[in-house]
Amino acid sequence: MQARELTLHEILLPVKGGFIVFTFIAALLTNLLPWSGWWLAIKPDFVALVVLYWCIQQPRKVGFTSAWLLGLVMDVAEGSLFGQHALAYSVLAFGGIVLHRRVLMFSMRDQVLHVIVLLLLNDVMVLAIRMLSGAGFPGLQYFIGSLTAAALWPALTFLFKLPQRPQPDPDRV
Amino acid sequence: MEHSPPPFFKRGPTPLVRLLLCVLLSVALLIADARYRYLDGIRQVVSVVVYPLQRLAGTPRVMLDAVGDFFVTHASLRAENARRAAQSLQDAVVLKKYAALAAENAHLRDLLAARQRHGESTVFAEVLYTARDPFTRKVVIDKGQQQGIKAGQPVLDQIGIIGQVTRVYPWLAEITLITDKEQAVPVQNLRNGLRAVIGGTANNGQLELKFIPLNADFQNGDQLVTSGIDGVYPPGLPVAEVSNVERNAAFLFARITCKPLAGVASHGQVLVLNWDNKSPERPAEEVKPARTRKPRRGG
Repeated sequence: MQARELTLHEILLPVKGGFIVFTFIAALLTNLLPWSGWWLAIKPDFVALVVLYWCIQQPRKVGFTSAWLLGLVMDVAEGSLFGQHALAYSVLAFGGIVLHRRVLMFSMRDQVLHVIVLLLLNDVMVLAIRMLSGAGFPGLQYFIGSLTAAALWPALTFLFKLPQRPQPDPDRV
Repeated sequence: MEHSPPPFFKRGPTPLVRLLLCVLLSVALLIADARYRYLDGIRQVVSVVVYPLQRLAGTPRVMLDAVGDFFVTHASLRAENARRAAQSLQDAVVLKKYAALAAENAHLRDLLAARQRHGESTVFAEVLYTARDPFTRKVVIDKGQQQGIKAGQPVLDQIGIIGQVTRVYPWLAEITLITDKEQAVPVQNLRNGLRAVIGGTANNGQLELKFIPLNADFQNGDQLVTSGIDGVYPPGLPVAEVSNVERNAAFLFARITCKPLAGVASHGQVLVLNWDNKSPERPAEEVKPARTRKPRRGG
């Protein structure tokens, strides 16, 4: 309990804008890697995950504009319908921004449960758009990506908070 | 900013209003793209921005391949060399025959005053990545407008047709594979010359002949090649092999599933065919003599 209180109320340095941009570019890059076979089947949508992370952690810095623009970029990169990812990411950003105070109050395990729901909502949006435009149902394995993405949430939180942790001062004991 | 309190009065619109704005914009884009295809210009602009990322994402594999090439053993190189020598010997015989046949064919066409088939040129391209979109079967290759690729060109590998160029960006192009649900290729049965249209199915890696009557003569193992009547694919390229024929009198059409012959999902290198088809113009529709119609009253 003590340890949890400590992590919840840890004092962190302010996040740098450049770092946020860097994570977005890294996420785009990871999405564009030539995945195949099994890896493709369980591959999470990294951009969605990172958008959700920043919307929950820094709702005053990252919001609808970045989510929507990243969605457009994903649409072009994947050759899907223009606006499909943009719409899904906006809904995701909305979920993140509305719930950000609540999600951060929970322990890591309960945060993951919140994240699963939000990411599945993102998938359902894309699915709805595609089925409205005449595509068939791709099967339940379509949702596996969101589950792996949610499983990556704790690791992502740890990694993205590293640059924010204050460096120990070597002059003091 | 993080350590300052949020502003009291200047907060801008609420999240719900912003969400509605984003949704409206996205839906407008979706409709403009799906219905009217207005947005190809914007697509081109954004694609130039994404291009460096797409190339960068491809580099790890290129580097791995390079490292793998370096460590090929002497023995495997020798074996490969021997195999290729044998293959080239066999090919030489076939090629000799081919030259004779081509000459004979040209002569016959001259005699028939038929139009000569036009020369074909190919552009070699590498597959950069597969689109993540699980609803469509598309790949992106590393050649585009700058290398003379145009939308609509057929794409092959060393065996047969794998797809068609559907979208062209300045340095990239998008290929829709023949296994895509919306892609159709006109084919011909090599055994008896029956024509049909083949298309993708919801199952990955499977093709289906569409609208074939129950009594049509298709059997397991039949080879299907392009018929060339569409003017998009040159005639005679291998497409698929019939793998299962299901005739059920309850349905209007036979269910004929096929297996693609080319490595549709497993290729790294492809050829884009620049095939300038000069088929005659479609004859203008006959103008029917307009029936004299009585003007409606009150209309």
